[in-house]
Amino acid sequence: MAPRVDALYYFLIAVTAFFTLLVAGLVIYFAFKYRRKLKDDAGAPIHGSMWLEAAWTIIPLIIVLVIFGWSSSIFFSMARPPAHTLDVYVVGKQWMWKFQHPDGRMEVNELHVPVGVDVKLTMTSQDVIHDVYVPNFRLKADVLPGKYTHMWFKATKPGKYHLFCAEYCGTNHSGMVGWIIVQERAEYEQWLAGSLGQGTTMAQAGEKLFKDLACSSCHQTDTIGRGPTLVGLYSNKVNLDSGSTVVADDAYLRESITNPRAKVVAGFQPVMPSFQGLVSEEALLQLLEYIKSLKATPSNATGVVSPPAPASPAKK
Amino acid sequence: MDTPVTPHSNYLTDGYTLKSWLLTRDHKRIGLLYLFSVTSFFVLGAFFAAVIRAELLTPAGDLVASDTYNRLFTMHGVVMVFFFLIPAIPSVLGNFLVPIMIGAKDLAFPRLNLLSWYLYTFGGLFTLWALVNGGVDTGWTFYTPYSSSFSNSNVALVIVGIFINGFSSILTGLNFIVTIHKMRAPGMTWFRMPLFVWAHYATGLIMVLGTPVIAITLVMVAAERLLHLGIFDPKLGGDPVLFQHLFWFYSHPAVYIMILPAMGVMSELVAAFSRKAIFGYQFVAFSSLAIAALGFLVWGHHMFVSSESVYSAMAFSLLSFLVAIPSAVKVFNWSATMYKGSISFEAPMLYVFGFIGLFMIGGMTGLFLAAIAVDVHVTDTYFVVAHFHYIMVGASIMMFMGGVHFWWPKIFGKLYHEFWAKVAAVTIFLGFNLTFFPQFIVGYLGMPRRYHAYPPEFQLWNILSTAGATVLAVGYAMPAFYLLHSLLKGKPAPSNPWGAKGLEWETASPPPTHNFETPPVVTEPPYNYAK
Repeated sequence: MAPRVDALYYFLIAVTAFFTLLVAGLVIYFAFKYRRKLKDDAGAPIHGSMWLEAAWTIIPLIIVLVIFGWSSSIFFSMARPPAHTLDVYVVGKQWMWKFQHPDGRMEVNELHVPVGVDVKLTMTSQDVIHDVYVPNFRLKADVLPGKYTHMWFKATKPGKYHLFCAEYCGTNHSGMVGWIIVQERAEYEQWLAGSLGQGTTMAQAGEKLFKDLACSSCHQTDTIGRGPTLVGLYSNKVNLDSGSTVVADDAYLRESITNPRAKVVAGFQPVMPSFQGLVSEEALLQLLEYIKSLKATPSNATGVVSPPAPASPAKK
Repeated sequence: MDTPVTPHSNYLTDGYTLKSWLLTRDHKRIGLLYLFSVTSFFVLGAFFAAVIRAELLTPAGDLVASDTYNRLFTMHGVVMVFFFLIPAIPSVLGNFLVPIMIGAKDLAFPRLNLLSWYLYTFGGLFTLWALVNGGVDTGWTFYTPYSSSFSNSNVALVIVGIFINGFSSILTGLNFIVTIHKMRAPGMTWFRMPLFVWAHYATGLIMVLGTPVIAITLVMVAAERLLHLGIFDPKLGGDPVLFQHLFWFYSHPAVYIMILPAMGVMSELVAAFSRKAIFGYQFVAFSSLAIAALGFLVWGHHMFVSSESVYSAMAFSLLSFLVAIPSAVKVFNWSATMYKGSISFEAPMLYVFGFIGLFMIGGMTGLFLAAIAVDVHVTDTYFVVAHFHYIMVGASIMMFMGGVHFWWPKIFGKLYHEFWAKVAAVTIFLGFNLTFFPQFIVGYLGMPRRYHAYPPEFQLWNILSTAGATVLAVGYAMPAFYLLHSLLKGKPAPSNPWGAKGLEWETASPPPTHNFETPPVVTEPPYNYAK
């Protein structure tokens, strides 16, 4: 992404330099050429020119429309992650970054990713607004409490890149910094093998929570319980009792856990209690990862680092 | 040119007691009360900035503690935005000049005008009190839920201060609108009004329409903070991004409250020192209104990275590009005004050149920020800090200073030392660029704003910036000396020292209490320099 942003940036600098020098040049030229020679001199009786006015309205208009189109096309690529990504979950809090990999690894203020792989961050905050900013990637996205935001990138060169919090978040805002560590595949595999936290994947942790919080007593995996089954739910359409439909994405699942009565599935009673405040942001993300893993057909993950297949209760 | 005449009595000789000032209903005296107040707040805000720049000289946060630093940049922003930039030109120069320029005796509501100064002053003192009582550390933007649920500083008190101050802005705007509609002298048609008046009309509209929104928004923050009403904090069922929508719905137009009056001053100065009619008068007049209207439709460009949807971001991006057009038109018109003019180079004209320079860079870098793909990278970095200082500080200060120098002989009936005024103008221009241009670079390199400590690779640019701030401080300090000298020992000013057109130059310097000895009748278009 960075080269595309920089290309537009340099174009903008060229446009700026051109117009600034043009205006400055004209002003200096006029100031010199038409300097007052006699004390009582007055200027010429010129009041305007429709042609000139129209020209310097329309030419800048065309230029800004070009910039708009160019910028928007880059923005579209930024805003839309590819279909298959290596997912990492991010929780910001005053004043640190916590990263969870689907295979259960946790990192603080450091994120290891392999080079040349599409990485998607799903981010939330447990207190105030933060912002993940990686200047080298030319990317930035707010991290909001009560909501998931996303960012994706594909690092093209191994290295250590600054990660800054770019939304003012209180006392130690300028200390809420970290590193994105981009590694070659082999090096990354080595890091994967050597780091702590292996054993329990996020989905497995989510499954445990699912039982501990007694979600499983209503949301059963083989039959219809008091709540709808969650197997094969993720990213599919859900019919609501209001008659509308909604796609079961991260935002919908999060809302259904923290505020279940907001969107009730058609055919079910609004009996689920809210889990707002009962599950941490990390735990919510684990539940999410568990629900994602409940695929109707046997999973065939395509990610570069496919997490160990979770013990899927969906299988009979 | 006229010979110096000091009228037998004028608004300054109309009473020397403190009471004659504090209870005055004369728009000219109220303008001077504002001049005193806004200058005091400017000095205060500049002091905060000086400590910030000193801290940023080194990468480590070693001069003050983080909490102190956060309070410093917050108070710098609050004081400079709400108590200097917004009122500076309208409340001082606008107050003094709008009635005279349209041939009126005073503003439509003189008592409300005085009330507005008291509200401003009380709001300001209230804010200062909150500052002494521990300060506020939310940034001048008061983003929730930090401001409403997390900050341990005096958020509510500062909000009350700004809330009170908001009414002074509304009253000033209302006064301008009514005065311009109802009190123009015979023959002063809409298209004979100086562009300064047009600019203040557009500014008045924004003040009246926009200010209530920020007032209500800040009340909601205080309500959530004190009463725990869930509005913005998701833990209480609120939406933090809602605050940003409401805040920027006012605070983006507020930028135009700062820049439109500056554009008005610019039009007067460039015409007077080129002795020529403004090129495309109607385009310039209507572009003020276009900016005021479009300015209300671009707030979302502050939120491109705040989880805004892709299509609403694009709509705001497009509208932001469009608002650049009327500003560009104005710059071309001012430059073209100089064509075949009769140009002289007194101090106010130097500020005109400075304004064009800073406004061009500030405006063009606005295009970078309207382009979402680039904005994502540079928003919340020093690039943005540099951009808004160029546009709303640089351009406004250039014209505040230019206007004060241009009308100084009229306001006080005294001349100042031209040489020192020129030196100060050049010093301020150079200091400003040295302070803020490096910030564009360090911003694109990735230095986030509001950082107390920063990685060492950014230090060079910060040293340049701090050096520039030192030069700037010297430039700002100079007028204090030669203007004070002018007040005490300056030569008396003739009624029209620049040979400029406009009703204010037809009355005495300083003007009589009721502005004109005989009510003026207007028979010619504005800027009628060519015979």
